[in-house]
Amino acid sequence: MNPMALRCSDKDNVAVLFEENVTAGTDVDVRDKRGNTMVIKINEAIPYGHKLALAAIAKGEDIIKYGESIGIATRDIAPGDYVHIHNMDSKRGRGDWKE
Amino acid sequence: MEFMGYVRENGRVGSRNHVAVIPSVNCANEVAKRIAAAVPNTRSLNHHQGCCELPPDLDRVTLSLTGLGMSPNVGAVLIVSLGCEGTDVDYMAQHIAETGKSVEVIRIQELGGTRVSIEKGTEIAQKLADKIAPIKRQAVDMSEAIMSIKCGASDATSGLASNVVIGYVADKIVDLGGTVVFGETTEFIGAEHILARRARTPEVGRKIYEIVERMENRAKSLGCDMRKGQPTPGNIAGGLSSIEEKSLGAIVKSGTKPIEGVLEYTDVISNQKGLWIKDTPGREIETLTGMAISGAQAMCFSTGRGAPQGFPTMPVLKICGNPHTFARLSEDMDVNAGRIITGEKSIEEVGEEAFERFVRVLSGEKTHCEELEYYNSIDIYTLGPVI
Repeated sequence: MNPMALRCSDKDNVAVLFEENVTAGTDVDVRDKRGNTMVIKINEAIPYGHKLALAAIAKGEDIIKYGESIGIATRDIAPGDYVHIHNMDSKRGRGDWKE
Repeated sequence: MEFMGYVRENGRVGSRNHVAVIPSVNCANEVAKRIAAAVPNTRSLNHHQGCCELPPDLDRVTLSLTGLGMSPNVGAVLIVSLGCEGTDVDYMAQHIAETGKSVEVIRIQELGGTRVSIEKGTEIAQKLADKIAPIKRQAVDMSEAIMSIKCGASDATSGLASNVVIGYVADKIVDLGGTVVFGETTEFIGAEHILARRARTPEVGRKIYEIVERMENRAKSLGCDMRKGQPTPGNIAGGLSSIEEKSLGAIVKSGTKPIEGVLEYTDVISNQKGLWIKDTPGREIETLTGMAISGAQAMCFSTGRGAPQGFPTMPVLKICGNPHTFARLSEDMDVNAGRIITGEKSIEEVGEEAFERFVRVLSGEKTHCEELEYYNSIDIYTLGPVI
């Protein structure tokens, strides 16, 4: 059985992986709330509870989880890429950004 | 449906029957702590405030300590004053006494120092404990329940399992006519539009945006990215990449009911029913304290990475969303919501289990924090500098 990831909403372009020690090149079963599954090959190791991209996300585009924006891509992201603070940024609480 | 609670003179109902020893200022902590250690069923509320703060903060501390003393989980109160604090001890004593419970005050400088204050305070606390000991639990309707909510040491499982379970319990309590309070305004950032849509009135919706803006401006005031402060390094290691992601998972614990209004940090619940927001920061100790000030009889606390802390006068039930954490910290965690992630149980099944456990806690069953006696600190959310 492939490692399992959950997609919270149909609008989401990321899913959360719930399996430990998953390495690059592994096929992951991405499940939605209705029980549908899509298979995505991950491009790099992703830790338990962390996110993988389900689609290509261009730099500056929103990262969507729970059907809502959780930030923006800081570089181009490919399907199967690990998505975390190295390639996405928060848009809120940014005292370091000029208005 | 009913639970077994302590009905107080003012009609409010407690889940515990403690004597609270309240230091009016941090300088009285040690005396309060030693008194509480000497008398069974007595809890000291040690904090770090009460002096050399700007007047609005001193008022906040006075109101907070008053609210903690008014809690229906507290049967009697001993206030330990140093004698030169910035808080208003007379106000505390008077307003706590208005609930009908016994309130005593000792003043360390007047009594002649630490040793004699511990002796005198212990004597008084023992008398108070003897006085409240005969109070028996009675069956009361679940509409008397006041549940508070918090999440701490969150990870990616929190928003998908433990917070969902608490949301399920919150909806049930509201349906039974009870009261639910949630807070952590910092963790509304990026999710405020969803909460505002659930506001009972447009005015409540505006208030939600207002408290979030105020909190975000505070966070931005030092000119840096808030990440690392929020989300925390632990959240980030657990897979949460931004405050928006943390918030969207965090608000799930409030369930689905309309939001009736926004309480200020020092507000005490009188007869408000349904789901309420209290304006608190995300940090655990100030939020637990704020919820106890509200008069909540017990808290449902969601965690992914494992937060073990409790509160002196409010039982805290730990609902853990991460199955690996639950296995590692099983002595600290009360309910395993990780079984939702592994697919062993449904949200409804774990939700029912958590609800039943919560009702048993209201009726006197100890939480793991209480068994471990991990409940010895509190802290009050102040806004200005220490001066």
